[in-house]
Amino acid sequence: MSELQETARKLLSEGTVSVVIGYEEGPRGVRPAFITAPAQADKLIFDTRCVQNLATYLNPRRKQVAQLGRAAVVVKGCDARAVAGMIREKQIERGNVVILAMRCGGVLQNPETNSELTTQTVSVRCGGCTVREPKLFDHLLGELPPEPPVNTHRVEQIAALMKMSSSERWTFWTEQLSRCIRCHACREACPMCFCVKCTAEKSQPQWIDSSSTPQANRAWQTMRVLHQAGRCVDCLECERACPEHIPLGLLARYVADSVERRFEYTASDDPTVPAPIGVYRTDDDEEFIR
Amino acid sequence: MSDEVEPGNHHAWSPNVVAFVCNWCTYTGADLAGTSRLKMDPNVRVIKLPCSSRVNPLFIIKAFERGADGVIVSGCHTGDCHYSTGNYHARRRFAILHDLLQFMGVEEDRVTFAWVSASEGNKWQQVVNETTARVQQLGPFAPSEKQNGGVQ
Repeated sequence: MSELQETARKLLSEGTVSVVIGYEEGPRGVRPAFITAPAQADKLIFDTRCVQNLATYLNPRRKQVAQLGRAAVVVKGCDARAVAGMIREKQIERGNVVILAMRCGGVLQNPETNSELTTQTVSVRCGGCTVREPKLFDHLLGELPPEPPVNTHRVEQIAALMKMSSSERWTFWTEQLSRCIRCHACREACPMCFCVKCTAEKSQPQWIDSSSTPQANRAWQTMRVLHQAGRCVDCLECERACPEHIPLGLLARYVADSVERRFEYTASDDPTVPAPIGVYRTDDDEEFIR
Repeated sequence: MSDEVEPGNHHAWSPNVVAFVCNWCTYTGADLAGTSRLKMDPNVRVIKLPCSSRVNPLFIIKAFERGADGVIVSGCHTGDCHYSTGNYHARRRFAILHDLLQFMGVEEDRVTFAWVSASEGNKWQQVVNETTARVQQLGPFAPSEKQNGGVQ
């Protein structure tokens, strides 16, 4: 029995938590698991296919999960940032969740595949990871695997886009966003999207047309990434959830880079560090203002 | 718009520019420009808001959707905000919006961010004229989408 299974079993049998949110083997690769009985704890696994950000299930708008009772959640270092974000924004209480943090050596892009981690198969977000040994946890588990290879695909794509002219970039995004069917799966998958009523659903006034038009699709994604500025944990669940394979990770990364460059802030796993939008410095850069 | 094009302006097309301005500094500055009879391009529609921090990025997106070719966002200089800190917060949001709009392919010259104080009527005149001239150069915003009913 692995350290993770042992810890989960103990938490459940002692009644510390009533559900452990983790990963299990499914018919199509690894899938999220909600373990409520100590005897089922041996289903839990953790390996390079554990791509999903399970912190999203702590999101208070997911009532079905909340009904299961006090939860323990299996997180990677990157996912722990989402837990920190939810604590920071008063969506959950630190004392109400048990964090089972796994030491991580990178994950694949797709939880349905099972291959070695290479520069092609590893997730683009794993390169330069600083939280392979998570800092926010109740139980720190597993051995520290070697550093993952670096997949530079996304960095190269952003650089290529920025070399283009404005109108070429406009055409690129118009084409990409023309596929959007406005299913809002990007929002649903996101651990940091927890508004009770989303601006996209407001009709008085209607800021964003609910049908799939070029303007509305663009407005929707622009608004979504702006609301994520300084909050996004770059888990790429939006991109993975997108049924039309729109490269939403490009937008997320670009905005995160902009936040980092301007406000010296990267998504933090410390809930006491304030997010950059909502605070200010009097000497913030204003080179773009006349 | 065509009937508003000044004599001597040979362009058939003239841009729509929407200006979101704060009540306390820029609106007063624009008023000063007007009462001082400063000559300004007639393309700018001013929308008065309590503070530059009231400018939701969606205002700008909506303005473009509904037919604007350029946008001006203006408020008090930092340190002079009527509400003490509003423009500091606005500045952070505008910075991200500024970068994101460029990444999405909106030309930088279409959106002007400026601080114009109540006494800077001349600066307001410059902001208006320069923005209009730049947008005039760029041409209409996303014309193909406007034909499909973008302007409502």
